[in-house]
Amino acid sequence: MASRHQLGEPVVVIEGVEKSFGSFPVLKDVSLTVRRGETVCIIGPSGSGKSTLLRCINGLVPISKGSIKVAGREVNDASLDKLSLRRDVGIVFQQYNLFPHKTALQNVMMAPIHVLKQDKAVVEERARRLLAKVGLSQKLLAYPGELSGGQQQRVAIARSLAMNPKVMLFDEVTAALDPETKKEVLVTIQDLAAEGMTCILVTHEMGFAREVADHVYFTDGGLIVEHGSPADVFGDPQEERTKGFLDKVL
Amino acid sequence: MIASYFQWLNDTHGLNFSVFYDAFDRSRFLTGLWTTTYICVVSIIASMVLGLIGVWLAGGNSRLGRLVVRGYVQFFRNTPPLVQLSFFYFAVAGLLPTVSDGASGQSPLVSGTGWAIIAFSLFAGAFNVEIFRAGIEAVPSTTVEAAESLGYTRLQLYLHVVLPLAFRICLPALNNNLINLVKTTTLAYAIGVPELLYAASQIWSEMFNVREMMNVLLVTYVALVAVLVWIMGRWEKAMRIPGYST
Repeated sequence: MASRHQLGEPVVVIEGVEKSFGSFPVLKDVSLTVRRGETVCIIGPSGSGKSTLLRCINGLVPISKGSIKVAGREVNDASLDKLSLRRDVGIVFQQYNLFPHKTALQNVMMAPIHVLKQDKAVVEERARRLLAKVGLSQKLLAYPGELSGGQQQRVAIARSLAMNPKVMLFDEVTAALDPETKKEVLVTIQDLAAEGMTCILVTHEMGFAREVADHVYFTDGGLIVEHGSPADVFGDPQEERTKGFLDKVL
Repeated sequence: MIASYFQWLNDTHGLNFSVFYDAFDRSRFLTGLWTTTYICVVSIIASMVLGLIGVWLAGGNSRLGRLVVRGYVQFFRNTPPLVQLSFFYFAVAGLLPTVSDGASGQSPLVSGTGWAIIAFSLFAGAFNVEIFRAGIEAVPSTTVEAAESLGYTRLQLYLHVVLPLAFRICLPALNNNLINLVKTTTLAYAIGVPELLYAASQIWSEMFNVREMMNVLLVTYVALVAVLVWIMGRWEKAMRIPGYST
């Protein structure tokens, strides 16, 4: 499935990143590069630093050492305009984190209007299109509390897409969903990847990772233990740690 | 009709509700009611504005701002409102210049009613800071994170996400404080502000109808607070989110 489309220039370049929470090191010397149009999956046991790495990419968590460049912009720079960084990086969370006091449509429209100061009519047109794309045209006026988990997660994806990001981060987005609704969300992400959106996914869905990823990274203990094409990592893992993990989860 | 009934009640049973049949007493009482209502409305609004400013500074980056808010809350929460009112009226007011009243005399810059509003706003505002803080802290950090990830600045985050949710959470506590504020306004009596209690005491000292006026006074406050509770209830209802519980 890899390289279904031409990969472009690097969008996210991570070099020698280290991060500690207190004296506990979460990331130890992590490097990876994601090119435009590429779909990258990060797999590994819980507590291996996968989610932290994603949060470092959009500056939610500051790094202790190393460098993260997003579209040529150094994330760790104190003078960085966080707004322009976050405009380029969309993130979808495990718990959806929608704004509970706004309808699905408003959730999608809010940020472009408030943050990008775009015209309301233009934003609404785009929001309706995005919600149709994730299959929620019937739920425009529903509040998050009235939607199922899978529906909420699709609204969350549409909300991120409304900002026209250069890269989308998915942080275990199906972990809280039942198998049926999981499928809706995975199909949505697969469509995005197929359209050429640059995606970085932290996931425990091995089958899905194998199917959609151009490149798979296996992390453990804050390190990238092994990486390569899905065929290589899943089919012929080189490291003992990777083999042990895959034996347990597959 | 009402006036003649109360006139009859006084003549035959000696129950003297003078505010219902005596035009002068009625006008004094209504002036008191208006003054109390005026102090309440202005103090409620001002105390909520103070609470918002306080909670904004308390969560801000400025160390000085945080210190000022902490000092303010401690001072006004830990001292009796009657002492605060006296402090403003007797200590602070004396330091301010007087202004010409247009004729030959001089009048104070801030009236007794003005000082009452200032004191009660600061008093209730200190509690509101803590009430709003509790509401803001109850907004899930994940929701805040989502807004930050979308590029929201702190002000935008507060305006569009945090405060709308925090308000819903802290409304019951805010209700309590505002009801307390309405009742605290009677303290303005001590500095001679012609509010309800003051008007009532003027009437009963002339008409010797303390028992009757006490009843009128209590019923009036029950009605005043009922109006406030009704408004807050409407507000709470209007803000209800379908499918959401806090």
